[in-house]
Amino acid sequence: MSDSPPYEVIIGLEVHTQLATRTKLFCRCSTQYGASPNTQTCPVCLGLPGSLPVMNRKAHQLALKTACALNLEIPNFTKWDRKNYYYPDLPKGYQVSQYDLPMSQDGFLEISDPKGRFKPKKVGITRAHLEEDAGKSMHDEAAGKADSRIDLNRTGTPLLEIVSEPDMRSSLEAKAYLTELRLILVYLGVSDCNMQEGSLRVDANVNLHMMVDGKKIATPIVEIKNMNSFRAVERALEYEAKRQYEVWQETGKTIGDMPKQTRGWDDQAQITRGQREKEESSDYRYFPEPDLAPVVVQPEEIERVKSELGELPQQIRERLEAAYTIPAYDADVIVNQAQSTVTYFETLAQSAGDGKLASNWVQQDVLRILKDRQIEIEQFPISAERLTGLLKAIQGKEIDTTRAKDVFTAMLDSDQTAEQIMAEMGIEKVDDSALENLCRELLEANPKIVEDLKNGVQKAVGALIGQAKKKNPNIDPGELRAKCMELVKGM
Amino acid sequence: MSLIESTATRLLEQLQSGEVTAVELATTFLDRIQAHDAQVGAFLKVTRDSALAKAEDVDRRRKAGEKLGRLAGLPVAVKDLLCTKGEVTTCASRMLENFVPPYDATVIRKLNDADAVILGKTNMDEFAMGGSTENSALGKTRNPWNLEMVPGGSSGGAAACVAADMVPLSIGTDTGGSIRQPAAFCGISGMKPTYGRVSRFGLVAFASSLDQIGPMARSAEDMALLLEAISGHDPQDSTSANEPVPSFTQSVGKPLEKLRIGLVREHFGEGLDTEVNAAVREAVKIFERKGASVVDISLPHSKYAIATYYIIAPSEASSNLARFDGVHYGHRCDEKAVLEQLSEERAVLEAAGDERAIKQMDSALVRMYRQSRAEGFGPEVKRRIMLGTYTLSAGYYDAYYLKALKVRRLIRQDFDDAFKEVDLIVGPTTPTPAFPAGEKSDDPLSMYLGDLYTVGANLAGITGVSIPCGMSLRGLPIGLQMQAPPLEEERLLRAAYMFQQETDWHLRRPDLA
Amino acid sequence: MRLAREDVEKVSLLARLRLSEEELTLMTEQMSQIVSYIDLLGEVDTSDVEPMAHAIEQVNIFAEDEPHESLPREAALANAPKRDEECFRVPAVLGE
Repeated sequence: MSDSPPYEVIIGLEVHTQLATRTKLFCRCSTQYGASPNTQTCPVCLGLPGSLPVMNRKAHQLALKTACALNLEIPNFTKWDRKNYYYPDLPKGYQVSQYDLPMSQDGFLEISDPKGRFKPKKVGITRAHLEEDAGKSMHDEAAGKADSRIDLNRTGTPLLEIVSEPDMRSSLEAKAYLTELRLILVYLGVSDCNMQEGSLRVDANVNLHMMVDGKKIATPIVEIKNMNSFRAVERALEYEAKRQYEVWQETGKTIGDMPKQTRGWDDQAQITRGQREKEESSDYRYFPEPDLAPVVVQPEEIERVKSELGELPQQIRERLEAAYTIPAYDADVIVNQAQSTVTYFETLAQSAGDGKLASNWVQQDVLRILKDRQIEIEQFPISAERLTGLLKAIQGKEIDTTRAKDVFTAMLDSDQTAEQIMAEMGIEKVDDSALENLCRELLEANPKIVEDLKNGVQKAVGALIGQAKKKNPNIDPGELRAKCMELVKGM
Repeated sequence: MSLIESTATRLLEQLQSGEVTAVELATTFLDRIQAHDAQVGAFLKVTRDSALAKAEDVDRRRKAGEKLGRLAGLPVAVKDLLCTKGEVTTCASRMLENFVPPYDATVIRKLNDADAVILGKTNMDEFAMGGSTENSALGKTRNPWNLEMVPGGSSGGAAACVAADMVPLSIGTDTGGSIRQPAAFCGISGMKPTYGRVSRFGLVAFASSLDQIGPMARSAEDMALLLEAISGHDPQDSTSANEPVPSFTQSVGKPLEKLRIGLVREHFGEGLDTEVNAAVREAVKIFERKGASVVDISLPHSKYAIATYYIIAPSEASSNLARFDGVHYGHRCDEKAVLEQLSEERAVLEAAGDERAIKQMDSALVRMYRQSRAEGFGPEVKRRIMLGTYTLSAGYYDAYYLKALKVRRLIRQDFDDAFKEVDLIVGPTTPTPAFPAGEKSDDPLSMYLGDLYTVGANLAGITGVSIPCGMSLRGLPIGLQMQAPPLEEERLLRAAYMFQQETDWHLRRPDLA
Repeated sequence: MRLAREDVEKVSLLARLRLSEEELTLMTEQMSQIVSYIDLLGEVDTSDVEPMAHAIEQVNIFAEDEPHESLPREAALANAPKRDEECFRVPAVLGE
């Protein structure tokens, strides 16, 4: 950028991710998405008097796994706390969460940009803790004064709240952090991270640092909510940075002048809007949850979880680069898809024996079809084994790239091997004598071109390729060119 | 001895031998309730139909030779703080006047599985907050020994119905003495088991880390019978003790030898009624005659027990009772009235040009909460919610709540130390016998101070029992409290049995006209 | 410690209780009395004492991740003061 802004953007992110359990955090109601309102509740998640919570073992295991993957320290002892506040989608009048002794703290996540737009960095993670989700309030905005409707299906769904340090300096870095975090969570099977279904939610804390008259100043911190996609996060951060700069220019207010405010992202208007807040709303009166037992984790358990983590995305990228000699960019694209795409690529690269060729085909052709058809690699109609057949034909020069794409397209809607389709399409390698005969025939019929070639006008041979393809579509243009040159030389 | 005066243990024998049927028994007690409860007011609801249906079922199955539960055919009353599926569970509050739980508390399920016959739900202080049952929003309960006196609380109805021979067994709950104190006031036996011994699932929480359900009955044997039926690990309660339940009925009759009894110095000081003091000293002599040795002990932090308790209990209560907000169940105020109220207030403020006050006005939702809760809760519940909200709030948490949790550990430590020297801690259950209704209603602090001897067991999580040990000159029962280390209910029951073999205080009955 | 009327009023909002002027006066009086009494704890030396939040000190109480049957919707909504076919209803939460 030619004129970079006169400030530095300071960004911290709070991510809530829904853990991939079958049941809720403190009762055994299903967490299945999309059920009809208030059909997945019981006395516990309805907050009925007398009901008591019992913690979901799986949720704790998934949280431990995540904490290990995010390099977080896992203290021996962790407990539950009640966060008290009134809201109609919070039936108990408190949320069970973790306050002063979270299950993990002090970790980091490494981010980088294969396009090199920012330097690789470690983003600090302050803590990750477990908590229960609230229900859903639905309101008809137009009606204004009408009732809100409350659905408690979601109430008690296990969430892991992952709080970063304010270590990001651009919306690009924030997006990279979110992308990598989501990838890790998905690779670990900890969450499906579906933002549409609310299983990944992001709030951002942002302010600006500036040097003014040799003194460092900071603008008031704003928490942005209601961002429903990574794209929205990017835009909201960009908008908010500009807005804060403008406000600062107008008012000169800095961080000490006002408390943290909350603003909501309006995706339609592409702006953030201030949200009404009450003075007392921040007194949550946290205290230890008397209905739940604390959790003690032994070091051996942490070691076991670590040993069972498997490869994390960054480790896979590095391995693919080294093992298949592909560029970092390629490894990034493949790994950023999903574990199954990596498996597909590896099968293809190994059986074709050419990592770069496999990478090109996966990136350009396979991923394009996935996108067009909106399917996952598991539903992709050409198995890695079948695609290997096509790659082998290319390597054996039985087919050129252009025709290979035709064969690929045909394979999408058939179960046949590349070989079978090529045979049907009459694609076969043109043997040397046939090629020579064809070249002689063409040269004889085009004395002008022969003349040009003799005079060193090499591009003249191009005119022959079209004619040759008409006579035999299997002709490889490269080979044709070489053979013609050779023949002309001997004339 | 008539049926209504028999112990549950004896009634169970009669049921088993066929001398009496479950229906006869249920009818007898239901008739007794009908005849006398107008006077006593122990019950909020009598479930006559379902009780008789259950009794008939027990009789039919007994006839058919089917396997029956351990309390088969025995009538039981339940404090209205336990959820009963399909039956109104009010907690003696306007807030829950019409609340019908869709589930049974674990203890209710265990009673049903034991084939007990539940006769009804008993009165109590609203949400178990109080020591006289005067805080019930739904009825007045009188002490059967003297109708001018309170029955104690919060399990006042649960104690009174046993004392008045309306039921042989009853379920109470104890957060700071709410079983032991009314048992003492009404001249019956009542036990607060070890925290975790009986599942709290389905018990409407007052203070979760202190609440415990326990038996109220006429004798140690009867307590053993009921405790055995309701105890045990419950996977639905994370604070339930995963410990085997001894056979209390088998062991209750075995005398304890070389018993070491501790008398807490601090429990015989200022404020202890002389008659109570004398009765307790007399009771100790009985144990001595049975071979017990008496040790003078100290619980150095006991003078802080009430203060500790009245921080922790209201703090937890303020959070536990947040769910009663008129949204998902319970009382909701008249929404229209609230909206009108708000627009009137706004008009006044606008006329006065008070911008700041307008900004601070409640939204419709907040006012709905505040009004619903103002209408649904009585004064004592409000007081405790306010107090607990205050002690948990920013700036006060460390000085009050956190401090109280620390003193709580010191109190527990005192008990642990004491139990290294003695097997039982024995003393008065209450400083005085039952007091007249209305005497302390306007003075919450003096009411709180009455819990002096009982709150320690709840804070420490140990077990305690109160058994009758005398009568005041005015004819009011006096209770003897005995406390034992965690999970030592058996020791308490055996000691209580020993005492009741030597005395007849537990057999005395009030005269109900 | 004596509580100020305004403090008690603030607590009543946190606690979502509406107190009349009369109740507020009495509450301020009674709370002040009780708080003065519980201030007694100030004299206890609790340095190096771990807080005791539970009366039973056990850890790691878990349940397995196996779904159970939820309540029928009708049972879930049965006690609602205001509801429709599917949901609980409350005055609009917009702007809360």
